[in-house]
Amino acid sequence: MNAASISRRKFLETSALVGGGLIVGLILPSHGLLAKAAAGDAKPVQANAWVRIAPDDTITLICHRNEMGQDVHTSLALLIAEELEVDVDKVKIEQAPVDPVYVNALLGAQITGGSTSVRDAWTKLREAGATARIQIVAAAANEWKVAATDCVAKDGAVSHGDKRKRYGELAAAAAKLPAPAKVELKTPAQFTQIGKHQHRLDAPAKARGKAIFGIDASQPGMVYASLEQCPVIGGKVASVDDAKAKAMPGVRAVVNIGEGVAVVADHYWNAKKAREALAITWDYGPGAGLDNAKIEATLKEGAKQDGSVIRKQGDVEAALKTAAKKIDAEYRLQLLAHATLEPMNCLALVSDAGCDIWTSTQFPQGAQGAAAARSGVPAAKVRIFPQFIGGGFGRRLDVDFIGQAAAIAKAMPGTPVKLIWTREDDTRNDFYRPASYHALSGGLDAKGDLVAFDYKFASASVTNRMFPGVTKAGLDPLMTEGAIDLTYDIANERQRVVIQEFGLRVGYWRSVSHALNAFAIEGFIDELAHAAGKDPVAFRVALLGKQPRQRAVLERVAKEAGWGRKLPAGSAQGIASMESYGTHQAVVADISKTANGAIRIDKLTYAVDPGIAVHPDQVIAQIQGGAVSGLINTLSAKITLKDGRVVQSNFHDFQLPRMNQMPKIDVVLMPSGDNPGGMGEVGVPLVAPAIANAVFALTGQRVRTLPLADAKLSFA
Amino acid sequence: MATLDINGKGVDVEASPDTPLLWVLRDHLGMTGTKFGCGMALCGACTVYLDGTPTRSCITPLAALAGKKITTIEGLDGKVAKAVQAAWDRIDVPQCGYCQSGQVLAAAALLTKNPHPSDADIDTAMSGNVCRCGTYQRIRAAIHDAAKSLGA
Repeated sequence: MNAASISRRKFLETSALVGGGLIVGLILPSHGLLAKAAAGDAKPVQANAWVRIAPDDTITLICHRNEMGQDVHTSLALLIAEELEVDVDKVKIEQAPVDPVYVNALLGAQITGGSTSVRDAWTKLREAGATARIQIVAAAANEWKVAATDCVAKDGAVSHGDKRKRYGELAAAAAKLPAPAKVELKTPAQFTQIGKHQHRLDAPAKARGKAIFGIDASQPGMVYASLEQCPVIGGKVASVDDAKAKAMPGVRAVVNIGEGVAVVADHYWNAKKAREALAITWDYGPGAGLDNAKIEATLKEGAKQDGSVIRKQGDVEAALKTAAKKIDAEYRLQLLAHATLEPMNCLALVSDAGCDIWTSTQFPQGAQGAAAARSGVPAAKVRIFPQFIGGGFGRRLDVDFIGQAAAIAKAMPGTPVKLIWTREDDTRNDFYRPASYHALSGGLDAKGDLVAFDYKFASASVTNRMFPGVTKAGLDPLMTEGAIDLTYDIANERQRVVIQEFGLRVGYWRSVSHALNAFAIEGFIDELAHAAGKDPVAFRVALLGKQPRQRAVLERVAKEAGWGRKLPAGSAQGIASMESYGTHQAVVADISKTANGAIRIDKLTYAVDPGIAVHPDQVIAQIQGGAVSGLINTLSAKITLKDGRVVQSNFHDFQLPRMNQMPKIDVVLMPSGDNPGGMGEVGVPLVAPAIANAVFALTGQRVRTLPLADAKLSFA
Repeated sequence: MATLDINGKGVDVEASPDTPLLWVLRDHLGMTGTKFGCGMALCGACTVYLDGTPTRSCITPLAALAGKKITTIEGLDGKVAKAVQAAWDRIDVPQCGYCQSGQVLAAAALLTKNPHPSDADIDTAMSGNVCRCGTYQRIRAAIHDAAKSLGA
């Protein structure tokens, strides 16, 4: 959808939601609001759903994606600013409400995820900026009776000879003009802001404690809820004795919402203490007997199914039979929590006016649905006010906590209720990164060239749970990522994916199946290289004849990291390479053994071709941050279950990397082409295989399971 | 009723004595710059100063605050703090930003005690503050940058 196709109805609705202040808008005539603007109506209107220009020159981007650190606010503002000819730091950000206009065309819903924000907005936001600029220039040209082509738009003003007017002065007149029939966008060579260094718009507020996250949202008369949930996910409250809790200071209500019991009190601490006084008996449900051994067995057994063939070339079975050397391997990955630093929370108000929700969410549309379902308020009367997100990583694509807050608030009409999970609640009630099982076979010919590759991946499907309509013929398209886009050209190849549920709810975790498939495939490719007696970089390069961009990043990272040079004793390197989200990358891990035998990750070197890097410094930041998510996946973190209960609870037993464990992270950007690739998740998946491959080079131990700590490796 | 010294002002608080300072600040006083991350002094998001020393407000009860000078991100000021925040701005440290109040307070405390921190000093001073987004490399760079800008 582009700016010009927004229907009048949608425009009006959006305008009513986001309007405010004394703004005379620039509106697109196609929206039919000419009369209102022509009459000088001071009622706030907006240019279109994306950008608003006020008489005081305030330019506002109605940002339809949610800021969780991945820099959408600045990156998307850059798209508008580039075409509008204003400096990006002049653009104010207003968070968009829920509206079909804001659907992510790459995902089919109003979602921030899948490394799609810039790719989805790339054309439509630049067109919105260009449309606004063209009409403002036309307004100036009309007033001065000169040709629009002789006017120059720059720095938020239009000039012609010695005449100059600011955008704000021209906005009202511009609104009366017909929309441009055609919007021509700049070529990359004409960019003055995209691809250049910029500061993040949100950084100063975040360094001063002024950014408002969901947990910081406040409403007059607000009370707090703390929710005791069934220790076995999926279980229900059988009965509750709340007499003690109700007698405790500040307690306003105890609300049984099915999956748990909430205590609502005047203050958070009172709610939390009274929650501890609840006596609940549970119906644990079918998950009560689950543990990791059962999950592993279920996956291995499930992998015997044929599954869906997602890629096929030649005759892999025949080629494996005739191969000079055949090797087989099994790889496994662990369950992981998201562990966002801001625990799940939501402020909800159910009243005669509807249901209002203030929260941190990656999925405002889903939030609206969940709040409607559990408050009983029709979705049209549920308003979502998305706040800054204190870490998403996919956890906030799920809306369970939003539904819970709505269910609790429903019991207290007219009172705003803020539900705040504890860290323990958060760790134990996640939608976990699925555990996985991978079976691989490879065949080398007499020269040591890879001639056969057979791959099978079995795991639970997040998509089956969240978007069942997207799973077609037993195939979850998100489970193919990191495999179906394999860059290697192998004469005989087969890839299969098996959906095997294992009784625990699973969720999208930053980079989703890329991290699962890349660990197995890039580890196994390394095994094949060693089995062939070849250098792991040269072995890969030989398979990339049809992939110049992939070959370029691989060769570049090898050069940057000094691959192949003589390393000091006790040091080693490992390599991994892949395409993901339309971005090409390769990584070298440098590791060494400390005096006490622990392994230290010294450095990760990335070479990344992201297509066009819209905001290059933040592309680098996403790689640096993605590397840390990759380290969580790699080193020691895991979720385990005992009797269906999650064992881990807080950061002492679900450990996140800290400053003293951080490797140096070098990032070489190699932009190419005319379109941006995805960036938010790219830094994650190659960390584990690069480090595991380095561990093999250092110790001779081939580790095929994550976390690596399970293979009796310790890390400094 | 307790009277606290927060950011140089006397503030009256009506809360049970076991209420952690974190919730006194966030809930009773509406000062939301100090963040809740773990509740067990494991992540550093709730860092404040008590008499100038970085302290985890999530495990510090109201009853332990008599006579203490409390400084939060909202009241953080002075030459070192300004240099730290300016370095944070120059280097664009924050991503999601949720941990950054704690990081800034920890960094300013480090530079106040040690104007020339080595990488090892930074490891020691900052390893109690988790950044789930992984801004560590920029935090380290910004601390060095702030030290340089202070010219000490």
